[in-house]
Amino acid sequence: MRSFTFERVTSAQEAAAKAQATPGAKFIAGGTNLLDLMKLEIETPQHLIDVNGLKFDKIEKTEDGGLRIGALVRNTALAADMRVRRDYGVLSRALLAGASGQLRNKATTAGNLLQRTRCPYFYDTNQPCNKRNPGSGCAAIAGYSRQLGVIGVSEACIATNPSDMAVAMRALDAEVEIIDASGRTRKIPIADFYRLPGDTPDVETALSSGELITAVTLPPPLGGTHLYKKVRDRASYAFALVSVAAVMQRDGTGRVAVGGVAPKPWRIEKAEAELRVGAKPFSARLLADAKPTKENAFKVPLVERTVAAVMHEARQK
Amino acid sequence: MKFDTPATPNPIDRLRVVGKPHDRVEGRLKTTGAATYAYEHHSVPSDPAYGYVVGAAIPKGRIKSIDIARAKAAQGVIAVISHENAGPLAKGEFYTQRFLAGPEVDHYHQVAALVVAETFEQARSAASLVRIDYLKSDGSFDLEAQKRTAPVAKQGPYGGPTETAVGDFAGAFAASAVKLDETYTTPDQAHAMMEPHATMAIWEGDKLTCWTSIQQMNWGTRDLAKTLGIPKENVRLISPYIGGGFGGKGTAQSDLVMAALGARAARRPVKLALQRPLMFNNLIHRPATIQRIQIGANLDGKIIAIGHESLSGNLRGGRTEPTTLSTRALYAGANRMTRVRLAVLDLAEGNAMRAPGEAPGMMALEIAMDEMAEKLEMDPVRLRILNDTQVDPEKPERPFSSRRFVECLETGAGQFGWSNRNATPGKVRDGRWFVGMGMAAAIRGAPISKSGARVRLDSGGVVTVETDMTDIGTGSYTIVAQTAAEMMGVSIDKVVAKLGDSTFPETPGSGGQQGAPSVTAGVYAACAKLREAVAQKLGFNSVDLVFADGEVRSGNRAVPLGAAAQSGDIIVEDFMEYGDLAKRFAQQTFGAHFAEVAVDSFTGEIRVRRMLAVCAAGRILNPKTARSQVIGGMTMGIGAALMEEMVVDTRFGFFVNHDLAGYEVPVHADVPHLDVIFIDELDPTMSPLQAKGLGELGLTGVAAAVANAIYNATGVRVREYPVTLDKFLAALPDVT
Repeated sequence: MRSFTFERVTSAQEAAAKAQATPGAKFIAGGTNLLDLMKLEIETPQHLIDVNGLKFDKIEKTEDGGLRIGALVRNTALAADMRVRRDYGVLSRALLAGASGQLRNKATTAGNLLQRTRCPYFYDTNQPCNKRNPGSGCAAIAGYSRQLGVIGVSEACIATNPSDMAVAMRALDAEVEIIDASGRTRKIPIADFYRLPGDTPDVETALSSGELITAVTLPPPLGGTHLYKKVRDRASYAFALVSVAAVMQRDGTGRVAVGGVAPKPWRIEKAEAELRVGAKPFSARLLADAKPTKENAFKVPLVERTVAAVMHEARQK
Repeated sequence: MKFDTPATPNPIDRLRVVGKPHDRVEGRLKTTGAATYAYEHHSVPSDPAYGYVVGAAIPKGRIKSIDIARAKAAQGVIAVISHENAGPLAKGEFYTQRFLAGPEVDHYHQVAALVVAETFEQARSAASLVRIDYLKSDGSFDLEAQKRTAPVAKQGPYGGPTETAVGDFAGAFAASAVKLDETYTTPDQAHAMMEPHATMAIWEGDKLTCWTSIQQMNWGTRDLAKTLGIPKENVRLISPYIGGGFGGKGTAQSDLVMAALGARAARRPVKLALQRPLMFNNLIHRPATIQRIQIGANLDGKIIAIGHESLSGNLRGGRTEPTTLSTRALYAGANRMTRVRLAVLDLAEGNAMRAPGEAPGMMALEIAMDEMAEKLEMDPVRLRILNDTQVDPEKPERPFSSRRFVECLETGAGQFGWSNRNATPGKVRDGRWFVGMGMAAAIRGAPISKSGARVRLDSGGVVTVETDMTDIGTGSYTIVAQTAAEMMGVSIDKVVAKLGDSTFPETPGSGGQQGAPSVTAGVYAACAKLREAVAQKLGFNSVDLVFADGEVRSGNRAVPLGAAAQSGDIIVEDFMEYGDLAKRFAQQTFGAHFAEVAVDSFTGEIRVRRMLAVCAAGRILNPKTARSQVIGGMTMGIGAALMEEMVVDTRFGFFVNHDLAGYEVPVHADVPHLDVIFIDELDPTMSPLQAKGLGELGLTGVAAAVANAIYNATGVRVREYPVTLDKFLAALPDVT
């Protein structure tokens, strides 16, 4: 871990302004991912801005009947919130499928959105990795890639986004609220929040320098059956091989986002027209452009089978 | 004391303390956090400095140059050690690896430098300032690539002969009515114990004391002294508590050697814990194997030919993974062949991990037996019973000392409800789950070795036992206390057991499941001597002396035990050594594992539903700690079956998933209710306690039982461990 300076802030705009003005600055909230990465010198911020003092720890109703989740709401609190459990069950289930109780107690909503990939080569600073060290190459593509992405990937990077929460938020069409150094706020639909790697896998989101996430908003309740199915080698405390977040309606329509397969939660709205036909045509459309490696080719049929499992479960509810 | 004839009636047989399910005597300390592990002896030196290891960034080659100037100048840094200033280092006896790279690099994350600083944070920060220029060279990392070329290994001190032959294997196999010839693979596995390797080293003049985490104290002093080139007498190791070892902390490794070097250079006590991501490529591991098994049987199921060939890899000079051990002893069959080959690999050293050889060997053999049963259309339990043998199948003149294998199989089958198993795979459904049952045999050698103890009696009747035995979570403290309590006729709370100090009398430590029988026999010997001393002191000379209820009695006379020490503590020391019983008898432990698993018909996810182990391992000294060891083995077997694998990147030469996020071991949710049954058994050829170890028995066969259950559930046979869903998903029925 490299030495760094540290400060606490009391306003969001101040945080954003300081982040923009200070070279090598990063925000820290729960620190469940950032601190590990700093110990391994994968992240080497020169300055940390502690945003835990900001009052973004509330879940409130929005004017249109949705929910506004403060950036600092802890994963445990979000999963346990009665309104989330009742109206956005997929989100609650996704959160509880991730990490451990201890980590969820610390991890925040914004921090969860911004957690970095778990690609093992990203985690080893002796190995080439375009995401960690742009231009150094990708060790994963021809290496140990079983856990890694099959779609939305590039020649430069096949890392996946490890968040469960984000997959549910993609199915719900959440929006990310942001403030910048000048105090301007804007909203980014979660569909546009993550950037595909292309030639610049080090650039992961649509956030500009200094921009701070203040909240995530959910649309009015969608009704339907909310399911989150996470497939992994052990029963708990592992990242998804494949996960499926689904909101299924009685008429067979629905929304389905998939995790564990791409650099972002993977959802293609047009493919959802196929849901009424079945998991196979839906998955075929969803993963039409898949470019798996030999090691992770199983994820393509696994997505189809997991979607089928979710549809089967939805029909039984 | 020498044990060279089978046990006769002795004070242990009263079983007032021994054989009872006593709680761990140190359990409270551990559950309240009061037990001090190697890195936690905060009060011992007042001013320790901290070490942080820099691991080699290449798998093979040499260090061209190493620049420590910036690190040396960093705040708080006291010393930076590398091959340029460490002085000469020799090798210990047990491991082949070198603990400090330079100029040659032998494997990835071999220690390249150690930074010692005032604080842990300063040491860690300065570690990144050490600049090392490497010259990479080609290495060999792919075991599969050497499948045809690797030579038969030379026999080493462990693992037995690398080639065995009885009768005419090739001829009998060719002539067999039913044949199986399959290849199975097991991956590189990590011990992945909770407590990382850690040491605090203190030099006083030329004397070195280390608080460390090591399973075999006297091997540790021997190997550390040899490595540093100092007399063994100058080294003292202290390991009162060990947070898991599983064979991965056998003797001195890099934490111990580097802490000693660091403390010498800094002229300060130095604490050093290996960082987790370094452990997988720096330390020893269980090496991957490729195993070919051939079994030939008559139509009635009698095995007439059994062959087992195995390949593993290691650093040059390293040992084999002796997977063929169990095949040599488990089943009858007149024509036999085993062969162990060894490839050179430039990966971290392969060495002992819980049931070395037998664990991966049984992972293969016991799937093969399941496949053979299916070919014969015979129940797998029945096939094993049919091929039982009461004599060493390689030396029919040598009987097993005790072998209640058939009873394990029959008891297990009965208790588990094996008769409900549908022999046709893929036929049992529970909702969307495929359900299956599988079983496997368990076998593990029952070694016992010379072991000493010192016992002291004080006037309060308290008996203090000292041995250099370790407790790696196994219950050694408790069985040592139980043995002394039984021998001296006191309750267990009148015994103080002190372990894990190399200045105490020597034992074989924790390894090879010989700790429990060996140490308790040594305590028996010392207590027998103490009984004589007490009798003499109290003026008893009859042979019918009874030690019970804190008293010494003979006829009408009863004297409190402590009275013997009225004029001063009585201290005696003795050891137990052995004659040729182990030569005359084949000494093994046996068992049977049963598993029921469910496999999600949609996703292929595997969940173990229940498991049962039945074990025959001589006298069970403490059913509670014994059960804990067996369910620990079963849990480890679930890991071996379903998830554990260090993945080799054969291009870059290292284990890729080198942390506990990437190397998965079972979590609570993976482990269902586990049952253990112990067969009532005494083995008089072992020691006066008639006990054998069982910490490794509980692991052998488990993974195969799970794999066989997966086959029974799905009808898909996977011969490459771990059995993960990607290996059989394509063969599951369509669900869309």
